[in-house]
Amino acid sequence: MTEEKLLTIFTQILQNLLDDQSIVLTMETKRHDVPDWDSFNYINFIVAVEMELGIKFKVADVESFLSVGDIVDSAKLLIG
Amino acid sequence: MNFLLKRSNNFREYLKKALTIDDVDERLNRLFNLAQFQLGYVDMIQVDKAILSFSKYAETEFKHVRLAILSSCTIDHLLPAIRVSGLRRRLLIDIYTVAYGQYRQELLDPTSSLYTFDPDVVIFSLTAHESIANIPLAASNEQVESALLHSVSELCGHWRKAHKNFNATVIQQSFLNVSEPLFGSYDRFVPAAPTRLISRLNEQLAEAASSEGVLWFDLTQACIRDGIDFWFDLTHWLQGKIEIAPQAAASYGDLLVRMIAALKGLSKKCLVLDLDNTLWGGVIGDDGMDGIVMGEGSAVGEAYLGLQRYVKMLKERGIILAVCSKNDLATAQMVFTDHPEILLELSDIAIFVANWNDKVENLRLIARQLNIGLDSLVFIDDNPVERARVRECLSMVAVPELPDDPAYYARCIANSGYFEACGFTVEDRQRTDQYIANHDRKTLQSISQNMDEFLLGLEMSVVFGFTTSLDLGRVTQLFNKTNQFNTTTRRYTKEEIKRFSTDPEMLVLQFRLEDRFGDNGLVSAIILSGKQSELSILEIENWVMSCRVFGRQLEDEVMNIVTEIAKQRGIHTLHASFVPTKKNSVIRELFEKLGFSKVPSQTDDGITRWVINLPDYVNRSTFITHKTKT
Repeated sequence: MTEEKLLTIFTQILQNLLDDQSIVLTMETKRHDVPDWDSFNYINFIVAVEMELGIKFKVADVESFLSVGDIVDSAKLLIG
Repeated sequence: MNFLLKRSNNFREYLKKALTIDDVDERLNRLFNLAQFQLGYVDMIQVDKAILSFSKYAETEFKHVRLAILSSCTIDHLLPAIRVSGLRRRLLIDIYTVAYGQYRQELLDPTSSLYTFDPDVVIFSLTAHESIANIPLAASNEQVESALLHSVSELCGHWRKAHKNFNATVIQQSFLNVSEPLFGSYDRFVPAAPTRLISRLNEQLAEAASSEGVLWFDLTQACIRDGIDFWFDLTHWLQGKIEIAPQAAASYGDLLVRMIAALKGLSKKCLVLDLDNTLWGGVIGDDGMDGIVMGEGSAVGEAYLGLQRYVKMLKERGIILAVCSKNDLATAQMVFTDHPEILLELSDIAIFVANWNDKVENLRLIARQLNIGLDSLVFIDDNPVERARVRECLSMVAVPELPDDPAYYARCIANSGYFEACGFTVEDRQRTDQYIANHDRKTLQSISQNMDEFLLGLEMSVVFGFTTSLDLGRVTQLFNKTNQFNTTTRRYTKEEIKRFSTDPEMLVLQFRLEDRFGDNGLVSAIILSGKQSELSILEIENWVMSCRVFGRQLEDEVMNIVTEIAKQRGIHTLHASFVPTKKNSVIRELFEKLGFSKVPSQTDDGITRWVINLPDYVNRSTFITHKTKT
């Protein structure tokens, strides 16, 4: 799956999660760039991504994600 | 959660629409309908937000419940699923959670917000860690028992506090057994092996709960069914002390809420069963006693017995049984009285409705006769079209989405939790017999006053055309397996049908019926033959129609179409015969109804002959429109 495709999926998930259709995620987006993306919704986002893509991040992954790009890269590896 | 419908692709659209509605009950009912689908994790959060947009004191037809969750780990991710599951069972659940690990303090402090909240249901959702933490592996059986007893009595104290202070129903959740085996199977014989400790703790706690009047939320049962890996995800546990895995949230919510629904008297009371291809394999009207599949010796036959056995046990625990089937009453009941393999007896069934009316009307009738609400019914039918129609017209009736394989029908009913109970009393055991006595197994027939409305609402259209080589297989099959609506019960080979369809003297027409709920498939076919000597006459050689579409006016529309085609070909007269068999009495009056006249006959073989002059044929009025063959 391409970076672009993953960003589209991630954007949709976060838009629905936060009820905000104006959200657009890029590889550089960080959590604090998006209003209301608090730690609880961060977990919700990770869970939703895992379920949507049928993958599981490693324990260390989730702590090391600094930007959306990190999540995209990690997801890409897991999808294979 | 497979008993729910698959998520609709229009989910977001429905949700948006629901949110535009101002009327509280109307909006909640829209959301209630959405909650009948299998929802994804984010879907659940979105529906939950829509529910939360109501004031928790809003006056609605939904029941309010105040639920306090006392937990020692993270449960925030479960709350949307609990509230949405609540809505699914017509409850508006207001949830109070205590701060991480603070439940003891809040219970002890009368000035805490828990007291202000004043819950009517309190659930203890705890992890096992603290209860078994200090028991050394070498501990003896006595030491283990007394250590566990200590933990159990501490919890008993909490339960009593909650009982006393809030007059609340208390629920204790079983501990998830997330420990790794230490020895392997030998764990069972080592008193302090972690897996053994937790299962023993659960045993002791369940016994204590039973004697304290506390309800037991048995997640162990769910873990056995789904596997511990579904319920517990070590990654999420390590990341956020989330014990119930997020992927299990929907199941958790539904399992918990069905208990609360049972407490509030919202569990279902009556199981309404379809017969053909639900309680047995095949169609009794077509296949006959020796043709239907049920009984020992065949895997499929045993699968149907499995369902019957489960249904019979439901009856024994107090669930009322009803039958709602499109069948001749006598034919359907004969299976119960005469089939050697059937497990259910007529005396198990409180109300037996077998006729050709719309099932929606029949369900109304069943509820009325039993004097229970439509919201107390669970409707089981293998036919997705019937299920869709009942859901659409009677959203308060629970309609589990049966799997394709009858082997899993009973499990589907069990997993749906519609009959969840929080007790089992003497009255329960006697209830169904009372219903049966009251109604003396009245067999019922009702004519729908709203029949026209119903038929109009179906938005039916017929797709018809001459049979081509592509359709030969299905048309031949229809002629050969249909016994009820079959005017002469002549059978044909594929080659014969092929010859008829290319013979200039003959016509083979086929009909599909579509409605708002989908395509019912190829459901009728008719063969007409001419005679070279009399060019203006056509004879109905044979005519069949599937019992799935009885009572939909399709026979009227077929005759409209046939007469039209005949007229175009310069035909003046239609002839027909009715050859009675044991199974086709349902159409004994067909030709008379369609306006044919009986030809006086000298033979005493029971065969009747019919005739109509086409200029005299009055087009039958129906609610079926035409579509050209696609």
